[in-house]
Amino acid sequence: MSTSTAVATEQYNYDIVKKFAIMALVWGVLGMTAGTYIASELAWPFLNFDIPEITFGRLRPVHTTLVIFGFGGSALFATSYYVVQRTCQTRLWGGPLAEFTFWGWQIGIGAGVVLYMLGYTQGREYAEFVWPLDLAIAVVWVSYALVYVMTLRNRSQPHIYVANWFYVAFILAVALLHIFNNLAVPVSLTSLESYSLFSGVQDAMTQWWYGHNAVGFFLTAAFLGMMYYFVPKQAGRPVYSYRLSIVHFWALSFLYMWAGTHHLHWTAIPDWTSTLAATFSILLLLPSWGGMINGIMTLSGAWDKLRTDPIMLFMITALSFYGMSTFEGPLMSLKSVNALSHYTDWTVGHVHSGALGWVAMITFGSFYHLIPRLWGAKEMYSSKLIYTHFWLATIGIVLYIASMWVAGIGQGLMLRAFDEYGNLAYTFIETVTFMHLPYVVRALGGMFFVAGVLLMVYNTYMTIVQAKRGVAVEATGAVALAR
Amino acid sequence: MKHESIEINAGLLIILTLVVISIGGLVEIVPLFHIKNTVEEVKGVRPYTPLELRGRDLYIREGCYACHSQMVRPFRDEMLRYGHYSLAAESKYDHPFQWGSKRTGPDIARLGGKYSDEWHTQHLIRPQNVVPESIMPAYPWLAQNELKYDDIEKRMKALKMTGVPYSLTEEEYQANVAEYGKEMADKLHIPNAKATLEAEATSRNWDGDKSRITEMDAMVAYLQMLGTLVDFKQYEQGYFASFR
Repeated sequence: MSTSTAVATEQYNYDIVKKFAIMALVWGVLGMTAGTYIASELAWPFLNFDIPEITFGRLRPVHTTLVIFGFGGSALFATSYYVVQRTCQTRLWGGPLAEFTFWGWQIGIGAGVVLYMLGYTQGREYAEFVWPLDLAIAVVWVSYALVYVMTLRNRSQPHIYVANWFYVAFILAVALLHIFNNLAVPVSLTSLESYSLFSGVQDAMTQWWYGHNAVGFFLTAAFLGMMYYFVPKQAGRPVYSYRLSIVHFWALSFLYMWAGTHHLHWTAIPDWTSTLAATFSILLLLPSWGGMINGIMTLSGAWDKLRTDPIMLFMITALSFYGMSTFEGPLMSLKSVNALSHYTDWTVGHVHSGALGWVAMITFGSFYHLIPRLWGAKEMYSSKLIYTHFWLATIGIVLYIASMWVAGIGQGLMLRAFDEYGNLAYTFIETVTFMHLPYVVRALGGMFFVAGVLLMVYNTYMTIVQAKRGVAVEATGAVALAR
Repeated sequence: MKHESIEINAGLLIILTLVVISIGGLVEIVPLFHIKNTVEEVKGVRPYTPLELRGRDLYIREGCYACHSQMVRPFRDEMLRYGHYSLAAESKYDHPFQWGSKRTGPDIARLGGKYSDEWHTQHLIRPQNVVPESIMPAYPWLAQNELKYDDIEKRMKALKMTGVPYSLTEEEYQANVAEYGKEMADKLHIPNAKATLEAEATSRNWDGDKSRITEMDAMVAYLQMLGTLVDFKQYEQGYFASFR
């Protein structure tokens, strides 16, 4: 280890960042494998094996929780703790408290998914954690907010960099959503089960206000924070437009919260909420694309990096998928489109074009930038493996979303088809048979994506091993460049 | 005010962000608790009986909502396939709601009464035995596991705290008699819960085995009441549309 790495380690708390980064990869592998497995269950139902713990219904929240909160959450903890220290040029506040956020988050997620498999769930999508865990997570989250804000306040320069605004909005919004959506009355103090405080219409509204904004703030705003630090860093250029980042930050924060009801079009929810949500969903296109343009244009003047730098390739592709899925989203929020798309795999495909294409890709890119710097290596062990990962991931995503378009739009059209006498043209089970092939292709796409992540894990492992052996002694340069 | 003053003040940034992210939710959620015709006035909707309630708990335990919606939308094809579109009132005792978000299997908001108890039991034990192309997992353990219902009173009490009209006192019981009739009011009376559940489970041959109370009994009882509470013949066409 060179001296300047030692200085950086002393100046900044990298230990916590390293831990979260490693756990992001661990949960990523587990969560994406679980996803591929449940995708395979839909293609080949015998894979349920009559084992309660691994039937689709119990394993699906395991997948969603591990990828969103395990992989995504740990990646956000890691990058936010890194970014806030670098941009504020100060050490992370509250060492033991930060440590607590790490253990609290990891144990919470681990316990949560084991309990799902044992049949303990709140039955609320993306908020399945049982009530005692919800309380624990609330405590962890408040600690996170405290650590983050106190570090901000300790900053050694007056200006708060834009990436931090997005992380702040994410932390505040998730706290708000988590608390209100999980209001429930436990069966008893010794029972893990509970009943939600609200019912029916009000419960549906609260749940999708939560569900949509988990996407909006957890999977979008926070990852935009990641983007605003790592894309300019990797490109070696400043953010394209500062004004644009201001406008799209406030617009995004304001507009997202209105859009949740588009998950409830044509249901028993009052029409006025539905109409409002559709309107705001269309408006959301503007800040979303503002963010995308700001990210992509940051590379202007350095486009050649796309030919030479696989990390940049990850980032720009992530932004492109972000643009694509934030175009598709408003489209699907139109009531007439939603009448066909809702309840079908089109929605599942849409989520994954955002989750795999945007969230995972921007994380991979940022991590490839971050990992060598954390462990004092000059660069990742193998650039070739990053390229291979990129192509495996991209092929996986394309297989995934294309097959889901076919399955979703196909099923939607079949279900509303009438024969010449005005009777339904297809039974429901005929649509299930039709979806078999797309389901096989989707599972294949998942396998590609997981294969890519496994390469990343190997690449990371080798990078760390090499750094520790001192092969990459010239970390000095990298560290100096890092800020 | 220049934007720069926000960029150099963490407290201001936090406060303004909180304001901005709170507005949407407040405007869309709070009125739903106050606008009267959000949930229709309709006869027949009642809380779940003890056996149905346990069935519903199992439905949530197994994550059925990941593949089945309980929300028929007001479209011609859905009406032909599933029946009358779902009313807000029909899920007013659903904690949590189970409208779902994906139909890997069909909507089951109006499943009740469409198939026999035996069909449901066979279907849950091995779906492919009755629908060969089905990709639904099998749930054979429902027929094997004894139903746990020692905490049924606690469950009903918890739901009562959220506003479900299960009765504890004589006064509440009488109110239920007036609303749902004596037979149903007895079933919704918390002190009777265990006896009610046992009587329900043995009153009908749910899973084909009357000798013991299984999880299958509860699950079938729940599935068989879905969407059956409102008698739509009693309402004129267009009545429900006024609430949309």
